[in-house]
Amino acid sequence: MGKRTVIPFGPQHPVLPEPIHLDLVLEDEVVVEAIPQIGYVHRGLEKLVEKKDYQQYTYVAERICGICSFMHGMGYCQTIESIMNVEIPERAKFLRTIWAELSRMHSHTLWLGLLADAFGFESLFMHSWRIREKILDIFEETTGGRVIFSVCDVGGVRKDISAETLKKIDKIMDELEKEFKEITDVFFNDASVKSRTVGVGVLSKQAAHDLGAVGPMARASGIESDMRSQGYAAYGKLDFKPIVETAGDCYARTSVRMKEIYQSIDLVKQCIAIIPEGDIKVKVTGNPNGEYFTRIEQPRGEVVYYAKANGTKYLDRVRVRTPTFANIPPLLETLKGCALADVPILVVTIDPCISCTER
Amino acid sequence: MSQQIIKEILPKDLLAETIHLKNEGYRLVAITCTNKKTKDEETSVEKDEMELSYSFDKDYDLINLRFSVCADDEIESVSLLYSYAFLYENEIKELFGVSIKDISLDFNNTLYKIPVKAPFHTQKEDK
Repeated sequence: MGKRTVIPFGPQHPVLPEPIHLDLVLEDEVVVEAIPQIGYVHRGLEKLVEKKDYQQYTYVAERICGICSFMHGMGYCQTIESIMNVEIPERAKFLRTIWAELSRMHSHTLWLGLLADAFGFESLFMHSWRIREKILDIFEETTGGRVIFSVCDVGGVRKDISAETLKKIDKIMDELEKEFKEITDVFFNDASVKSRTVGVGVLSKQAAHDLGAVGPMARASGIESDMRSQGYAAYGKLDFKPIVETAGDCYARTSVRMKEIYQSIDLVKQCIAIIPEGDIKVKVTGNPNGEYFTRIEQPRGEVVYYAKANGTKYLDRVRVRTPTFANIPPLLETLKGCALADVPILVVTIDPCISCTER
Repeated sequence: MSQQIIKEILPKDLLAETIHLKNEGYRLVAITCTNKKTKDEETSVEKDEMELSYSFDKDYDLINLRFSVCADDEIESVSLLYSYAFLYENEIKELFGVSIKDISLDFNNTLYKIPVKAPFHTQKEDK
């Protein structure tokens, strides 16, 4: 046994967009244990439900995360709609699905760039983020915002997308598919990329289940779990099957996310093809009374929204369990036995969002 | 759509119920704590309680084990059964002040490093 050393990783580190700290216990260059420490960006957003009424809280939910902002708003609205037995218009369901899948595309592309940056492939990082800009442009054109859109509301959505714009988005999806193919080839086949991802940080299917992994982290280990299979929003009307890999390593996690980008392109195109005409919102009257658990599939995995209402405009409780919160224990497992040099790649492969985690 | 069931249990039955679900192949999805005001039936005095919900998933169906505890009560950790429960339990312990014993990795109220004790365990007088 080599000499044991403890190396602090984070909270500030070139690979970390947000602060998380890990105490890495090393034997020579090999990690034998990792102890996490969070708490640098805790904002107490769940507590804010006592100050904001149930409609105002949609804006708070959207600010839990700057990457999956839309899906936080959507998850929260679905929860309140379920408590109030509000059936939103079909067109609103399709619009939500379009924005949700575009959000997944931009989140996964952002992640691909961060991964490339983590292993020092700067041109790949820049190409990934260049492509992502085109998705942000669609957000800006359809919602007015590039990061936080504020289009989700209890009862539907606030903005419609015209037939002309939908046609344009459909065309952009074709262009994006071609551009993604260029970087896909590098992520999948380049020897220098594969040397940093193949066989690195393997999480077996059993370990992924036993440690509660969610999202691409779980699907890359062979677990066929994707909340979209429940058929919420318009997913029940679309041809959809979760993307699963079995190797459980960084390459498999990259592969799942890359294939999910193509799947999102397909889902957006499916939505555009069959989106019905009609209203985008129903009027919601009264206050919610009851409780509900909602689970939707964010880019990083399953998010849980729980709300408890008492018949007044203020809720008793909103609880959010984010995917990164669930994926920290699997990350700690993958770190065991890895080389110190692989730690940044492994931390990035869970696609950590610390603002989400701490709320 | 998937089902969601809320099963009321007693705090003392938490481990037995959790073992049962684990053996059935359920995944722990989340542990949720909610402030709750109840009235004592005999004295009509209002008392603060906390309602805990342990959510488990199998094939997209959700089962929630639920019970209430007072601030002075101590409950068992389920982290020996679901190792990753330690994060949920540390969060609840720090934010709500619920006393949970035998957490596999206990941060002793330093997970979020909040200087206020149990900041979420307050009622809404200050709204």
